[in-house]
Amino acid sequence: MLKIKDLHVKLEDEDKQILKGIDLEVPAGEVHAIMGPNGSGKSTLSYVLSGRDGYEVTEGTAHLGEHDLLDMEPEERAAAGLFLAFQYPVEIPGVGNMTFLRTAVNAQRKARGEEELSAGDFLKIVRAKAKDLKIDAEMLKRPVNVGFSGGEKKRNEILQMAMLEPKMCILDETDSGLDVDAMKLVSDGVNALRSPDRGFLVITHYQRLLDHIKPDVVHIMADGRIIKSGGPELALEVETNGYADLLEGAA
Amino acid sequence: MVADPKKNATDERLASLTLPQESGWLGSARQNALARVKATGLPGRRDEYWRYTNPAALVQADPGTTVGTPQADPFDAIEAVVIMVEDDRVTLTEDLPEGLEIMRLSDAGKADIHWARDIYGVLEMRGSGPVPRPLAMLNTAFATDGVVIRATGKIARPVHIRTVGKGDLILHHVVRVEAGASLTLLKSGTSGARANTVTEVDIGEGGALHHLRIQGPDHHRHVNTHVFVRQAAETTFKSFTLSANGQMTRNEAVIELTGDNAVSTTACAAFGKGDFHHDDTVFVTHDAVNCQSRQVFKKVLRDGATGVFQGKILVKEGAQKTDGYQISQALLLDDDSQFLAKPELEIYADDVACSHGSTTGAIDETALFYLRSRGVPKRVATDLLVLSFLAEAVEEIEDDGLREHVGACLADWLSQG
Ligand SMILES: Nc1ncnc2c1ncn2[C@@H]1O[C@H](COP(=O)(O)OP(=O)(O)OP(=O)(O)O)[C@@H](O)[C@H]1O
Ligand SMILES: [Mg+2]
Repeated sequence: MLKIKDLHVKLEDEDKQILKGIDLEVPAGEVHAIMGPNGSGKSTLSYVLSGRDGYEVTEGTAHLGEHDLLDMEPEERAAAGLFLAFQYPVEIPGVGNMTFLRTAVNAQRKARGEEELSAGDFLKIVRAKAKDLKIDAEMLKRPVNVGFSGGEKKRNEILQMAMLEPKMCILDETDSGLDVDAMKLVSDGVNALRSPDRGFLVITHYQRLLDHIKPDVVHIMADGRIIKSGGPELALEVETNGYADLLEGAA
Repeated sequence: MVADPKKNATDERLASLTLPQESGWLGSARQNALARVKATGLPGRRDEYWRYTNPAALVQADPGTTVGTPQADPFDAIEAVVIMVEDDRVTLTEDLPEGLEIMRLSDAGKADIHWARDIYGVLEMRGSGPVPRPLAMLNTAFATDGVVIRATGKIARPVHIRTVGKGDLILHHVVRVEAGASLTLLKSGTSGARANTVTEVDIGEGGALHHLRIQGPDHHRHVNTHVFVRQAAETTFKSFTLSANGQMTRNEAVIELTGDNAVSTTACAAFGKGDFHHDDTVFVTHDAVNCQSRQVFKKVLRDGATGVFQGKILVKEGAQKTDGYQISQALLLDDDSQFLAKPELEIYADDVACSHGSTTGAIDETALFYLRSRGVPKRVATDLLVLSFLAEAVEEIEDDGLREHVGACLADWLSQG
């Protein structure tokens, strides 16, 4: 599903290399987790994959299925099935959450040559999915993320993901800021989407989330590289010992 | 003799016009205005009040040519008392709700005694101090016609003045909302080659006027408008303008709060590109206790367009408990566009709360990326952010139905580029 080869990325306006050769493959049906110290480049990887400005790819490739991601506009990547749940979801005053969701869903459908959802059908679907995430009608009406609590913003990301039904979901610290109950809601939301033809890349600092969303593979990222990959036990190791041993082993 | 370009331009313009021959009160009002405009002279490049907008196109004798055909009217769907103004022919409707009087200005001028006499040119003259407004004086003198409206009750059905301009249009409307009465006035249409419109509004105690105007989306538009408002105690005046495209638009609003507890709002959402030039000039005078005024002006500019805002709140001595709020903001979609703003406060009372702010910003790149990452194409995402920026002005429209209608019109025009 997602294939990243030898990806090198620097900042566009600065001579600062952030990703220094990432190799990563997430096959369909699998959940991969990325852990790693602050500043190691996890969010950067997610932004570069989804097409944010400000970064320059100096080497390497990234493909989603047949699609050469690095050659596409952000909206084309989304229509091709890529989704990023942001570490810091963005507030957009003046644009209603519902309008935003409907515009996004229908834009993607249009780009794929599918029929747009009618207002009625859309409403039915969004209400059902919002209910599962305990997002009330009031939150759907409000401007996108404006005045939402940290946890509400994260649940709103998962609602978008559920509506857009992407092929490849990248979750950047979706667990941070969630209380115990919200963690369960979000995990249930993610697990409900797990399927043999969908891949997940879950960026997190805590084993807690991985108790709910069981990963097939765990990668450790440090200083712009994947320094170790292993099974779920790798996350437990980080939880008890921190990164010190792993970093030393890699050095 | 030293050449005086300002005087020459004034003389030339005045020579190009014919003063309508009217005896009676209207005739004297015209003579009075003519004398004033001669003494003042028409706006010139050097005038401080025209620092950001070149008045040449609005002043010169040659109005240019009428371009474009009348389009579908944006207020067509609103059930209203429609008054057609085609060039200088005003067509009234017989079917008026109770409590509403509508006349042609030219007919009102024939009556020996008419209520409009106490307003026509009177509010314009009051509003021409401390800053002279010579284009409004010119209008008072030479208006070819106009609509004279009086509401004596709460009128549910809006009055819609729909203008189809040709050539050089000079229209002068007079509105009187009697004590306790209320009215909604809609304006729309095309300007022809050029248009100079004055609307004088006098609101009696406890009365309310909602003024809703749509300008555009004709690209050729060269228009200057003045709205003069006098508000008695407990009155409400709410004005909103949607302005799209247009090579030259100068909208002046001159508001005088003369009675206590009055509320006055002026708002405008404007957007245009290229040779778009849009100027909002507002002057609000607080001359009573406990009045509220709000000005919300938003402009979206792209491809080298220019936006201007001049806004002044004058709080006179004794106008205690004044609550004044003014915001003017521009969203520049590229580096070639510019916004020139001059917000001013002049306060002679000590117990007032006035705030004003002016900002110029670019599109929020993070928000744009967020929308695009959800599959929304760049153009649509930009439009959404533009709508979101303009929403604060559109929200000033009180009536839900009209607000949604204007919002839909705005979204539609935006999506057409
Ligand atoms: N636009 C930018 N300008 C300057 N520095 C940047 C920019 N984007 C990323 N960086 C730097 O690149 C490095 C990697 O940042 P990134 O956000 O990818 O880390 P992370 O692994 O997601 O960290 P965290 O766990 O704290 O979220 C950091 O040193 C960060 O300061
Ligand atoms: Mg991060």
